Amino acid sequence: MMRENTISTEYRDASDSNPDAMYNPRLDRRRFIGKIFAVFCACVTGIGVAVLAALLYRIFDEGWIYISTNFLTKFPSMLMPETSGVKSALYGTLWLVSITAIVSIPVGIGAAIYLEEFAPKNRLSRFIHTNIANLAGVPSIVYGILGLAMFVRWSNLGRSVLAGSLTLSLLILPVIIIASREALLGVPKTIRLAAFALGATRWQTVRAHVVPAALPGIITGIILALSRAIGEAAPLVMIGALSYVAFVPDGPMDEFMALPIQIYTWCDQPDPIFQHLAAAAIIVLLAVLLSMNAVAVALRAWQQRKSPW
Amino acid sequence: MNAKSAVRPTAVLITLVLAWCTTEASAEAKLKGKVSIDGSSTVAPITMAAAEIFQAQQPRVRVTVGISGTGGGFKKFLSDRKNLRTDISDASRPIKNSEMKRAAELGINFIEFPVAIDGIAVVIHPENHFCKSLTVEELKNIWKPGSTVNNWNQVRPGFPDLPLRLYGPGTDSGTFDYFTKEIVGEEKASRSDYTASESDNILVQGIAGDKGSLGYFGFSYFQANKKRLKLVGIDNGAGPVIPSLDIIRGGTYKPLSRPLFLYVSTDAVERPEVKAFLDFFFDNAKMIVEHPRVNYVALSDELYNIGRKRIENRISGSEYGPGKSGDLTDRYK
Repeated sequence: MMRENTISTEYRDASDSNPDAMYNPRLDRRRFIGKIFAVFCACVTGIGVAVLAALLYRIFDEGWIYISTNFLTKFPSMLMPETSGVKSALYGTLWLVSITAIVSIPVGIGAAIYLEEFAPKNRLSRFIHTNIANLAGVPSIVYGILGLAMFVRWSNLGRSVLAGSLTLSLLILPVIIIASREALLGVPKTIRLAAFALGATRWQTVRAHVVPAALPGIITGIILALSRAIGEAAPLVMIGALSYVAFVPDGPMDEFMALPIQIYTWCDQPDPIFQHLAAAAIIVLLAVLLSMNAVAVALRAWQQRKSPW
Repeated sequence: MNAKSAVRPTAVLITLVLAWCTTEASAEAKLKGKVSIDGSSTVAPITMAAAEIFQAQQPRVRVTVGISGTGGGFKKFLSDRKNLRTDISDASRPIKNSEMKRAAELGINFIEFPVAIDGIAVVIHPENHFCKSLTVEELKNIWKPGSTVNNWNQVRPGFPDLPLRLYGPGTDSGTFDYFTKEIVGEEKASRSDYTASESDNILVQGIAGDKGSLGYFGFSYFQANKKRLKLVGIDNGAGPVIPSLDIIRGGTYKPLSRPLFLYVSTDAVERPEVKAFLDFFFDNAKMIVEHPRVNYVALSDELYNIGRKRIENRISGSEYGPGKSGDLTDRYK
């Protein structure tokens, strides 16, 4: 009784004098904790940004002077590093990414659409989904070993652009499938139901409504995946990347150099000038990466404007 | 900085002269094809340099150079898949019996020839003033398996109390094989509690940043980092010898100077582009090997001529097989 009384009195007192009072207990303390949390988050963000800024500063500081049109149009040179360029590596990387995109995008989106829209939701599809999620976390060197056995040796492709691209496709497929599935999952159920209600088949629903609505998310996933592929060195080293290549591949069966491998090779040379060349090659790699991202952002914006809702 | 600024113009000049001379010499029929090379990271600069200048005059011949270590190079040279086999293998040691056996099983005949001499540099921190030279015995005590030498005062009585930290190449490296064989007495026998890296650059950085350091790697890497490191003389019983290019060529820097080899399969030699590449190498061997960016010690003209003849006459097999001995020139005579 005593207790109830006290509480109700307090309640009444508070509400009488000041309507906010009941929310006030220890307000200063709560606000203080909130501020500490905000400062903590800002610090953590700051560390991330600072590390990135330091890294970029170092790379630009070391490499910027070597960036020129010559750097893009000349082959690497060990004897005259001053005149070196990344032509073979740049073309190799563009070849690799193009073929990887051609292979992995249709397969990845197709698998995601099947799993999300068509496959029956049962144990098997859940099992497949879990496995794909796990595959996304497998270290890239493991895909390199797989690529060496499957493509270089078993399929007899040799150490070609095609073997490298197929290996990279395997590496990024899980990422594309997961991102596309998430994007499809984000399309409201009502869209599908409305289409069905109007008599559309599942294929018509998927083609005309679900996929276009999910496309921005799918594109983001693809670009993240291709960005990963472009920076990978380990699987390419595993399938037998070369250290000196001074030609541009003519076709998918030719040998190749890639930017990450060129950077690695230069970093390993004793003369400090090669560290500068490596930094310059990193700038080129970043530029390729950023332009890919820019295309994706533009595509996504365009798609979103087109979207009916 | 001075040493570097001197290297660059010389390097550019020599390369230009070399490129000019050789283009003049062979403005004839342009060849087409592929030459694939793989193997030792120690020998790679030689084949990379040759490839670079060769491609300037034969732009349609595609020369590729990979770096997988001497053993890794022989694996590719002796691959069971014909289309994955390399034409030329870079080797910082002679072919092993087991590799010869594999070649015989696969029916691969190869021609062996030496291309240059490399010395192994034993180096310390530049501020280490007490250690001027080490005997082979002292090095063996430091590096043998199970060694407990962890302080400079255990290396030689009279050396100060300073923790000894060791740097050396990893076990895949030809330099490791060669050093352990010559110093410890058994190939690949080494203590394992040292900082090991396949990247000579990491070793240079480690040794230059550690006052009590001791390490070893190819002499050419020392040449490129002279300012940051100090050489240790090696005493093989005849007094300490501090290596230099001339001393290594003279053959008195023992036991840590070694010949480097190329192996080419007899099938590949029949292809005109491979033959042309090898001819090009022999025509310019001295300039390529002693190019400031390659920095090895060239062999005598006699030995290069012997190599050329082995190619011309398709003399296959190794001069380092069972029952063969002698120094480099004796073996190939």
